[in-house]
Amino acid sequence: MTVHIMWFAAAVMGILAVAVLGRLVSGPTVPDRAVALDTLNTLVVGIMLLLSVAHDSVVMVDVAIVYAALSFVGTMFIARYIEGEV
Amino acid sequence: MFILILVTAALLVSLLFNSLGAFSLYRFPDVYTRLHGATKCTTFGTIFIAFAVVFYAVGRLLESGEPRFRVLIVHALVAMMVLLITNATGAHAIARASHRSGLMPARAVVDRLDESRKGGGSL
Repeated sequence: MTVHIMWFAAAVMGILAVAVLGRLVSGPTVPDRAVALDTLNTLVVGIMLLLSVAHDSVVMVDVAIVYAALSFVGTMFIARYIEGEV
Repeated sequence: MFILILVTAALLVSLLFNSLGAFSLYRFPDVYTRLHGATKCTTFGTIFIAFAVVFYAVGRLLESGEPRFRVLIVHALVAMMVLLITNATGAHAIARASHRSGLMPARAVVDRLDESRKGGGSL
């Protein structure tokens, strides 16, 4: 039962991630796209946590931790690039 | 049953706040307000997803006593702490970069921060 709820929540989060992609494509400025990418990364970490329970594999949570750390590095480099220091 | 209610409540809160965060990307006029809405709401929502996973793991641990659910609890809490640190720092970096690249908020008339940084006077 709980696993079915996790699948449903992961599906809704996937729909939200697709919705965020619209702003990522059509953002008028570069920081808008960076904000959309940051939001998308957070949603993907949430989806990974949900799917780790749904697939009953604990390793997926470790993948989510590494994904969060690497997406943080990516966001920091995009911010440096927007600032004009790279 | 109690665990199921806890997990469902946490997931409902998380889905509500994540939907608000995705919605705010479309309803706000400029990058600063979009950053505000999206970062705050998705961080709060994803924290509650981690709480739902922790509640589920606590329930399975009490039910079966397998040690891998203890690992799941600890790693979900670590993922939550990483999200708490990186989201706030990344949002701050994006806001700082977009201000330094000369982007003004919508309908803004003056930029006191820029004047203060250039003139060297007090705020």
